Parts: sequence; C-alpha cells; structure tokens
Amino acid sequence: MEFFLQLLINGLSVGLLYGLSALGFVMIFKSSSVLNFAHGQLLAIGAFFFLVLVSWLQLPVALAFLVTLAGSFVLGFTVERIFLRPLIGEPLIFVIMLTVGLSSMFKGLLLFFFGGNLQTYPDFLPASLGMQFGGITIAPVYVASSLMGVTFLVLFGLFFKYSPQGIFMRSVADNQTAALSLGVHVKKVFALSWAIAALVASMSGIVLGVINGINVHEISSIGLKVFPVVILGGLDSIGGAIIGGIIIGLLETFTSGYLSPSLRDVIPYIVLVAILLVKPYGLFGLVEIERV
Amino acid sequence: MRAPRFHPCGNYKEVYARELALFETDFGRLWAFVGVAVLFCVVPFVSPPYLLYVINTTGIAAIAALGLNILVGFTGQISLGHGAFFGVGAYAGAVLATTCGLPFLVAVPGAGIVAALTGMVFGIPSGRLKGLYLTIATLAGQFIIEYLLVHWEAVTKGTMGIMLPGASLFGLEINTDLRFFFVIFASLTALTLMASNLMRTRYGRAFIAIRDNDRAAEGMGIPIFFYKLLSFAVSSFYAGFAGGLWAYYMRSISTEPFTLGLSVEYLAMVIIGGLGSIPGSIFGAVFITGLNESLRFATDALMNFPGLSGYGLNMASLREFAFGLAIVLFILIEPKGLAELWRIVRSSFRLWPFSY
Repeated sequence: MEFFLQLLINGLSVGLLYGLSALGFVMIFKSSSVLNFAHGQLLAIGAFFFLVLVSWLQLPVALAFLVTLAGSFVLGFTVERIFLRPLIGEPLIFVIMLTVGLSSMFKGLLLFFFGGNLQTYPDFLPASLGMQFGGITIAPVYVASSLMGVTFLVLFGLFFKYSPQGIFMRSVADNQTAALSLGVHVKKVFALSWAIAALVASMSGIVLGVINGINVHEISSIGLKVFPVVILGGLDSIGGAIIGGIIIGLLETFTSGYLSPSLRDVIPYIVLVAILLVKPYGLFGLVEIERV
Repeated sequence: MRAPRFHPCGNYKEVYARELALFETDFGRLWAFVGVAVLFCVVPFVSPPYLLYVINTTGIAAIAALGLNILVGFTGQISLGHGAFFGVGAYAGAVLATTCGLPFLVAVPGAGIVAALTGMVFGIPSGRLKGLYLTIATLAGQFIIEYLLVHWEAVTKGTMGIMLPGASLFGLEINTDLRFFFVIFASLTALTLMASNLMRTRYGRAFIAIRDNDRAAEGMGIPIFFYKLLSFAVSSFYAGFAGGLWAYYMRSISTEPFTLGLSVEYLAMVIIGGLGSIPGSIFGAVFITGLNESLRFATDALMNFPGLSGYGLNMASLREFAFGLAIVLFILIEPKGLAELWRIVRSSFRLWPFSY
C-alpha cells in the first residue's frame, strides 16, 4: 500500500508536468492545426532564458520571470512571422518537416551556447508552499506547478470560450477559408497563438527546470512525450491535455513500479497506438467530419 | 530505324504509351546509359578509399530514401518510422546470416521482406487514420521498434550487437569497398528501375490517386486500405533491403543508429530531393550525406587546428543546426526540392539557344 501510494503521488506529479508541457502544444494546434515538433525546444529555450537571467545576470526572480515571458512571447511571434507564415495553405508534410527542422536548429543553437550538461537554478521557491497530508509531503514546486496548471486551465478555458480572440482562433482552426471570408484576421490569429504558446511553453520549461534541472536533451525528449499525452486527451482540448498528461504519468510510474522499468518509456506509445485505433480523436477531442 | 527523338517544343504525344514511356526522349535514354556507364566504369576506380566509403553509404541511403519517397511522395502517407524499418532490415539481415546461416544473396532480400511485413503491421493504423494522426502513429511505431530491438534479446542480442560473416556472391568474397560498390550500386540501379516502373503500373497510379484525394480514389473503386498497406510494404521493403546491405557492409551492428533522428534524416532527404520524384530521392540522399560528411570534415579540421579545438567541439552541435537550417530553407525557398532545380536547369537548356 505504501508503495502504491508513493507511485500514485509520483505518477500524479510527473503527469501534471506532462500536462503542463502539453498546454502550449495544444494552443498551437487548436488555433492553426500545426503539429509542432519543436515544442520541446521551446520549453528548453524558456528554461535556459530564465537560467541566464537568474543565475548569470542575477536579476530578481519575479523580474526574470516577467522578462522570460516577454522574451518568449516575442520569440513565438518571430518564429511564426519568419517560418510559418509562408506555409499557410501548404500541404501537411511541409509544415511538419518545417517544425522538425526548427527543432533541430534550436537544439543545435542551445547545445552551442549551453552545452549538454545538467544545469540547475538557485533555490527560489518559498518552503511555505509545501504541503503535508498525513505522512506524505508534497514539495513546494509540485504545489506551484499544480497551481499553475489549474490557473491556465481556467484562463484558457475562459479565453477560448468567451473572448473574441479565442473564438477567432477556434474558427480559424475549424476552417481557415470560411474564417477568412467572415472577416477573421487569420494571420493575426496565427501570430498571436504562436506567441501565447511560446509563452506557456517557457513557463512549463521553467517548472521542468526547477524540478529536474535543465538539460537540452532531457527537455527536448519531453517535447516528444507530449504526443501520446495530447492524443490521449484529444489534440484540441486543453483540459484533455492535463488529464491525458496525468494518465500517461500514472501509466509510466505504475509500469516501471510493477512491470519493468525499461518498459516505462515505450508504454505511452503502445497506449497511443491502441487509442488511435479505437478512438482516433482522443478522449475529449473534436471529431472531424470530412467532406470530399 | 526511326529518327531519334529530341525534346519537342510542346506536348505532341499521340498515344498513352508515349506519355508513360520511361525515357521521354532518346537523348534522355542515351544520357542515362552514359551516366550509368560512368558510374560503374570510372567512379569506383578514381575515388580515394574514404570517398568510396562515403559513396557507398550514399548509395545505401539512396535506396532507403527511394522507398520513403514511394510512401510519402507518391502515396502521401507521412511516416516517421522509416529509420526503424531500416533497423529492422539490418537486424533481419544479421539474424538471417548468423542464426539461420543463409547466404548473402538470400539474406538481403529476406531482410527486405521481413521489414516489409513489419511495415505492413505498422501501416495498419492507416486504415483508420490519415494526415497528422497517421504521422503520430508511425512515430509510436518508431519508438516501439526501437524498444524491441534493444530488449528482445533472444533474437537481437540486445545492446551487444551482432557480428556478421563476410558477404560472398557466386563464390566471390565481397570484402572490399570496391566490391561492395558494385553490389550496392547494382542494387540501387535495379531498385530505381523497379520504382520507376512501379509508378507506370496500375499500382503506382492508385498510389498517386490516394495521395491526391483518398476519398475520391475510394469513390472511383480503388480499395484504399489495400493500396496504403501495399505502399507501406514496398517502402519498408526498400528500407529493409538497404538495412540488410548496410549490416553486411558494416560487418557489425548495434541498436544505436536506428533512432528517430535517422527517420527524420530520411524524411529530410525526400523533402530536399523532391517529393514524388524518383531521381529526387537520390539527389536528396547525396545532399544529406554530403552535408553530414562535409560538416564532419570541418569539425575534424577545426579540432586538430591548434588554438581552435574548443570551437571544434562546439561545431559538433552546429551540425544539428545546419541540418535543420537546410530543411527549413528548402521548404521555404524551393519546396519541390533539388529535382525541381534540376528540371529548371534542364529546361533552360532545352531548345537552346531559342528558348522562350
């Protein structure tokens, strides 16, 4: 029982991280139907940017956080402007391969500047954030990340449901041409969604960095973990991303605890194939209706 | 004897057979034969040993890229698992050669067939999925195969790897780069011809119809699931064949090379070379292998240069950057790839000096 509880807690916390990492990914997909293979690198860029500001420039944490957010907003905007705008309306394979190329470029640059070693942030979270339930303690960083997850879930839920920009984004994702003809500024929507996604990604990257330390390879590989998570939850569902993340996290920790640790990394993908065969649009995804 | 055909100044084809002809003009056929003759009679004898090694690996990569182009470029099914199928072929070749003791001539096509069966298994999701969902399913396939290669130790010997016996063909030991050159490029020529001819048959036309609009293709009576599976099988056969050759060429294999990175590299070859173009796959393989080799060369040169060795180490990470940049630039500037550039060059010489 003790073992089970420990696994449960571990799985929940890992899963929450996956969910958080998937948020930015879902943002981009929801508004522009782009499958972003460079998402892991966006996470890593956010984490490293924060590292530079906090440890090297010694800025106060709050200021560094805000500057990171602003910087990644601009980065997302620029990436969309330079690389993705020319591809509006191009076949899927070009868009996918472009993000694959971008991921390789970003990874190369990060390795060039920071090397492949593990780096860590100075400890900045107040210890009072930690919680105690019976015999189990939850580290402050997990409390912070769950708070973040819930906040974003609510914020984005409201944003997509009620704000005009959010509705524009959904309309563009649903049908670009129809949205254009109804007067939606499609380019603005794309730029904004990439900017917001990069911002969310950098926040998730910082949380990942606080928990596991920052390493280019580690964080990049989380970018690939995002795929089973979002497919499980439904590619365009924000709540689904969080729930999918938690399910995948639990699945991973229970597999490594009860079956074999080596299965841990592959089990999400086996589940992924099974889900795709049974329920292609995930648990909460929107079912696409296709017309010739 | 009829007069030789040159490039006409318009489309004057009168029968379908001319439209489907392998070589549009007699001139083209002549150049193709000259090219093949130079490839076999001159290139291997003037290349220094290291260059010959690079040329051989390029040839193997070209076979695999050709297969991926059949799947991605002609059938429109994006696969991120091609590197894994290549790995399946390499391991199948090695196991057939060692455990089953089959000769080279059987083991390499056998590797192709094993990979084709694997490819069909991982192509099954294409029955229900398409577009990016299928891409993600093949991504999952990549990781699952990678896992099996490492952990199915009874067959693959895990991380230990497998040593292969020397290859021999009709009693002749194939043990030098030069001899391998002839084996690899004879296979490449045959497989290229096979792919070009495949696209002239009903199968190839069905592939293209599925790529252009799979619903419409189904409406016209093409059983799309069968053809999608067939496309996965053919494409994986090429990958497996290349993998088998590679295993024999390297003499020992381990699980490391067959990662997602390799799959991405093959996709990059297909994109940079030109989607849906048979010569394009070969151009792409040459481009990517050339890029890798020249960057490796630059890195080594910098490493050995006194005072700059620190930079040389950093250059290694810039290889990743350059690879990504090449993909991005081609997609943004010339999405049809090197094959289109080649066509532009050729057509500006057509009708020269009176081109319009």
